[in-house]
Amino acid sequence: MKIHEYQGKEILRAYNVPVPRGNVASSPQEARQAAAALGGNRWVVKAQIHAGGRGKGGGVQVAASTAEVEQSAATLLGQKLVTPQTGPEGRIVQRVLIEEGCDIAQELYCGIVIDRQLGQPVCMVSPVGGMDIEAVAATAPDRIFRESIDVLLGLAPFQARRLVEQLKVGAEAQQALPSLLRKLYDIFYDKDCTLLEINPLILTDVGIPLVLDVKMEFDDNALFRHPDVEALRDLAEEDPLEVEASKHKLNYVKLIGNIGCIVNGAGLAMATMDIIKLAGAAPANFLDVGGGASVEAVENAFRLLMADPHVQAVLINVFGGILRCDVFAQGVLQAMANVQVTVPVVVRMEGTNVEEGRRILAESGRNFRIADNMADAAHQVVQAIQG
Amino acid sequence: MSILADQNTRLLVQGMGREGRFHAEQAIEYGTRFVGGVHPGRGGGAALGRPLFNNVAQAVADTGANTTLIFVPGPAAADAIMEAIDAGIGLVVCITDGIPIRDMLLVRRYMVGKNVSLLGPNCPGLISPGKAKVGIMPAHIHKPGRVAVLSRSGTLTYEAVSQLTARGIGQSTCVGIGGDPVGGLTFVHCLEKFQQDPETDALVLIGEIGGTAEEDAAAYIAQHVTKPVVGFIAGQTAPPGRRMGHAGAIIAGGQGTAASKIAALERSGIKVVHSPASIGETVVDVLKHMG
Repeated sequence: MKIHEYQGKEILRAYNVPVPRGNVASSPQEARQAAAALGGNRWVVKAQIHAGGRGKGGGVQVAASTAEVEQSAATLLGQKLVTPQTGPEGRIVQRVLIEEGCDIAQELYCGIVIDRQLGQPVCMVSPVGGMDIEAVAATAPDRIFRESIDVLLGLAPFQARRLVEQLKVGAEAQQALPSLLRKLYDIFYDKDCTLLEINPLILTDVGIPLVLDVKMEFDDNALFRHPDVEALRDLAEEDPLEVEASKHKLNYVKLIGNIGCIVNGAGLAMATMDIIKLAGAAPANFLDVGGGASVEAVENAFRLLMADPHVQAVLINVFGGILRCDVFAQGVLQAMANVQVTVPVVVRMEGTNVEEGRRILAESGRNFRIADNMADAAHQVVQAIQG
Repeated sequence: MSILADQNTRLLVQGMGREGRFHAEQAIEYGTRFVGGVHPGRGGGAALGRPLFNNVAQAVADTGANTTLIFVPGPAAADAIMEAIDAGIGLVVCITDGIPIRDMLLVRRYMVGKNVSLLGPNCPGLISPGKAKVGIMPAHIHKPGRVAVLSRSGTLTYEAVSQLTARGIGQSTCVGIGGDPVGGLTFVHCLEKFQQDPETDALVLIGEIGGTAEEDAAAYIAQHVTKPVVGFIAGQTAPPGRRMGHAGAIIAGGQGTAASKIAALERSGIKVVHSPASIGETVVDVLKHMG
């Protein structure tokens, strides 16, 4: 799960990590009031969306008066913001964060992620802040410094000092940064983050570290123990069909093609998308209804696909295994009795009682196209959309 | 032979709820020696003609269990894994999906220096056809033989296995390592065992997007595996930054793309099939080539 920058900064503040003073606003008037309340003579107006690259998309603006703050907020709020990470469809800006402006002497990077191979968290820092860390990794890998973290110990003081030493910063920052890094790791661990990235972590003109931007991602499987984090979920940032799917515990990802897929199992669902592409068409979605492919799951799946106007045909690919094909076929009919399915449906089933399952579908009076195997299913579904 | 599970497997099931009980029954039906169940609060009772225990240590002491299959729900599953490791079980197979990553990081730390193999979590388990089934896969699609199947997925593994069986090709052991970002046995661990297994002639490796497990496997194969390997990578059409069902199946920071994995496997001389429907026939070709 992702959260907004302003929400992340609230969490950092609670751990005494230095962040600029700021207020969130959802109207230009509120933005102006927020700036006035902060005081000073320079503000930054930052669009709050769940995607990076906001600066490049014009989503971060500097204002020299409260009137300018209001004006900037008006150009952002309610508008579509397109950044390198949003895709061409962009995101509607619902809120802006108004922060006091600050003088930047140096931009650093700090990121904490999970190293899947080591099975350990890793803290990375770099003196090259303010740009994509992937770009730094590609062009100057020797400018990124890492420490693997023992989860029983946390980021040890000596590790934090070792990281900071390599940044070659001034005495003031050298002093302040190790404890800041350790606080960031504490947040990462306490809150079950999968990513905590500070980019940039700046040093002000007087050498004081300050978190200018924060990106946090949380482990969905751990939200049960963090109701405070779960409360930060912003459904407006998610695809409405994906929100609907998550209510029914379906793994669904909307894509841009026109062939709806209903599959049991994530690997098989990805492989089904791949074979549709190989057959010359494009999948409209990834959808894993779970290994058991229950009637309820299939019914909800049909409902989702029929709510996607791009879907011109549906491909069901189910490897029965322990689930019997005749039971599954009955389930498909039951689901289709409750949902109006208006496009051709190709069914590929494998497993116990497959002949019986196919007979049930063939004799249902509905116009199923029954496929013998995955390749045949992909071929038939492509034929179906070509008329 | 075969790897990890065979006639000597003495199976415990942790979490004897509906699912645990069902799969214990299936394992027995397949001829696996099921020795008991662990379900805190139900100790002293019995299930499927075998005793139930409150804790794993007692179960091991009384039954000599050497393998455990875990169905305990996500929030408590890591604790169940560590309990099994503490009790000295050599092979821990965790089926549970939805375990917090932080819990698995602690499990990995707990495993250091201990003589245990953990398979999973979020995996279908493993089967050595004709010998033992320690997992949730449908038994009937398998056939004893000499081709190993190694995968991060569940139903896609069944798909590959059934393509093999349909062509008369049996399997030595089929292992699903699971779809989570942090787990136990990796492709490399299993490749090492399959390379040493005298009853495995060739391997099928089914990877997917996310992480670098396939790249690591490719590097290991180039150095250490002399048996032919047929590979497939799922998620060639998956968009970056989106989690495709499995917690570990995500292209992040430009890493973990299918293209990168396919290229790494091909560089190591592995025959990579691009269509998931062609896995079986490609293995047939490769075996023919071996003579």
